[in-house]
Amino acid sequence: MNLIEVIGISKVYNMGEVDLRALDNVSATVERGDFVSIMGPSGSGKSTFMNILGCLDSPTEGRYFLEGVDVGQLSRDQLAGIRNKKIGFVFQGFNLLSRTPALENVELPMLYDGVAANMRREKALAALKIVGLEGREHHHPNQLSGGQQQRVAIARAIVNQAPILMADEPTGNLDTKTSIEIMELFQRLNGEAGITIILVTHESDIARFSKRTLRFLDGRLVSDEVRG
Amino acid sequence: MIDLAWTTRIALRALRVNKMRSALTMLGIIIGVGAVVAMLAIGTGASKQISAQIASMGSNLIMVLPGSSTSGGVRMGGGTQMTLTFDDARAIEGCPSVSDVAPVHNGTAQIVYGNVNWSTQVQGTTPAMLNVRDWPISAGRSFTEDDVRSATKVALIGQTIVDNLFGAIDPVDQIIRIKKIPFRVVGVLHAKGQSPGGLDQDDTILVPITTAQKKLFGTSFPGMVRIIMVKARDANALETAEPEIRGLLRQRHRLTLRQEDDFTIRNLTQMMQVTEQSSRVMTLLLGAIASVSLVVGGIGIMNIMLVSVTERTREIGIRMAIGAKTWDIRLQFILEATILSLAGGIIGIILGVAGSLVLSLAAGWTTSVSPLAATLAFVFSGFVGVFFGFYPAYKASLLNPIDALRYE
Repeated sequence: MNLIEVIGISKVYNMGEVDLRALDNVSATVERGDFVSIMGPSGSGKSTFMNILGCLDSPTEGRYFLEGVDVGQLSRDQLAGIRNKKIGFVFQGFNLLSRTPALENVELPMLYDGVAANMRREKALAALKIVGLEGREHHHPNQLSGGQQQRVAIARAIVNQAPILMADEPTGNLDTKTSIEIMELFQRLNGEAGITIILVTHESDIARFSKRTLRFLDGRLVSDEVRG
Repeated sequence: MIDLAWTTRIALRALRVNKMRSALTMLGIIIGVGAVVAMLAIGTGASKQISAQIASMGSNLIMVLPGSSTSGGVRMGGGTQMTLTFDDARAIEGCPSVSDVAPVHNGTAQIVYGNVNWSTQVQGTTPAMLNVRDWPISAGRSFTEDDVRSATKVALIGQTIVDNLFGAIDPVDQIIRIKKIPFRVVGVLHAKGQSPGGLDQDDTILVPITTAQKKLFGTSFPGMVRIIMVKARDANALETAEPEIRGLLRQRHRLTLRQEDDFTIRNLTQMMQVTEQSSRVMTLLLGAIASVSLVVGGIGIMNIMLVSVTERTREIGIRMAIGAKTWDIRLQFILEATILSLAGGIIGIILGVAGSLVLSLAAGWTTSVSPLAATLAFVFSGFVGVFFGFYPAYKASLLNPIDALRYE
């Protein structure tokens, strides 16, 4: 069974008189342990595709199976449960809670999973150690550099042992050196922890770190290359 | 279920960020709760004062007064005709709804002790008076039925008399002169304070009714009394006692159906109860008006929470993306609203209590903060928080995660 299987999904936005097809009949599968980059120019539908894979958005047509479960049949709260336990998100803008220490940001997913307080702390500390932020647990996001903030976000994404990590332009706000460090961290998580990673980017330098690249153009999936 | 301690901490943090705004929002609730507590304290204080006065008068009290006399077509006031007798009083004791009866024959007299003198109300009565008026003895003893039979010169004196004539001296067994006649003080009446009419109830002397009739206030109608005080068995008997007494007295006075009563029956307790009830209604009214401001405070909370939800759309999006469920989001905002209103409630109660204390000290009003009213105000303020926090929380929970995340 594939980890992710989408069959003929489309996303149509109704813009008054014209319908905008952000995604047009896309089918794809992702296997466990893969490291997929999604590329394409802006407006090609790559972010829409990732949002649907991440259960943040739902397709207008088509079906999406996650670990064999038809996601289209799930309620709002069940989707929240999936986002909590199966998927970790990393965004371009970090999306950390401001005025909240790094440690508590990382604890947040476990809070919504009902994990006991001392267990939360322990696991959050471990996750921060994995991303190399030991000693910065009590810093607030505005006291951390962009790269460090993104590491906090990655710690938050992996802390619940979610099998999938989805990243939307994770290096978009970072300089080249930091971007490489972050991408190496993704490679390590994919290689050592076996986390399936799906990454949206428009830079081929970044996509180079992945094992496989899906290219989008005008809402269609135009190529699917596996790196040798 | 979400960790409440953690959520509370997050809520407090969010409220601390906008200190001024939180404080102003709370102010609405503070004023509301403070007003409710203070108004109820004033109202309850007034009712309590009236209840205390009723109790001091004696409970379940009925007064029977003689009727008016008519002289050449001119009707005189109540009590101008001596129609009630000592025997009427004895007969009323037989009514089933009545527990105690005390006839009174009174007048004003000059009292002398040593070189001090004082003018006061002297009431000739029977020992039953003490039961009728719920009037205990604070020193010495009461006079007895024997004293009434043999018209002994003994007296029970009120606290005001003690203060004015005796000062620090123990009055029991001292001899005082009432209208120059020596009386032995056998006991002191317990202080009662003001009557509902504002008269000093302790400025009085009780003597056996026979002594009063024969030695102090001689009358051309022997055996006549000015007032008969009656105590009904209980509050329910109060209703039936009145017609019983009326029937009995009409029969004893041989009144035909066409003749008016030659006496008046006044149900003092019932009159006072009406006053008490109206003060209770007043309390409720004051409380109701004050709770309007509490509701206005609640609307203030709702307003601010709606602003807060809009401002924090992105935060809500983040929380949803990492797995917050509908009720996780709702609880967070309801909790914030409830913390605001409960904190406002506590401060409001403190201010309300302080305000009513200031009122009672400065204006001399009797106020009484009942723990029940304070608890109710607190619970109600919590309810206001939950109620007015729900809509903003509901709105937050309906946001689409992806739209919320993209919100700038």
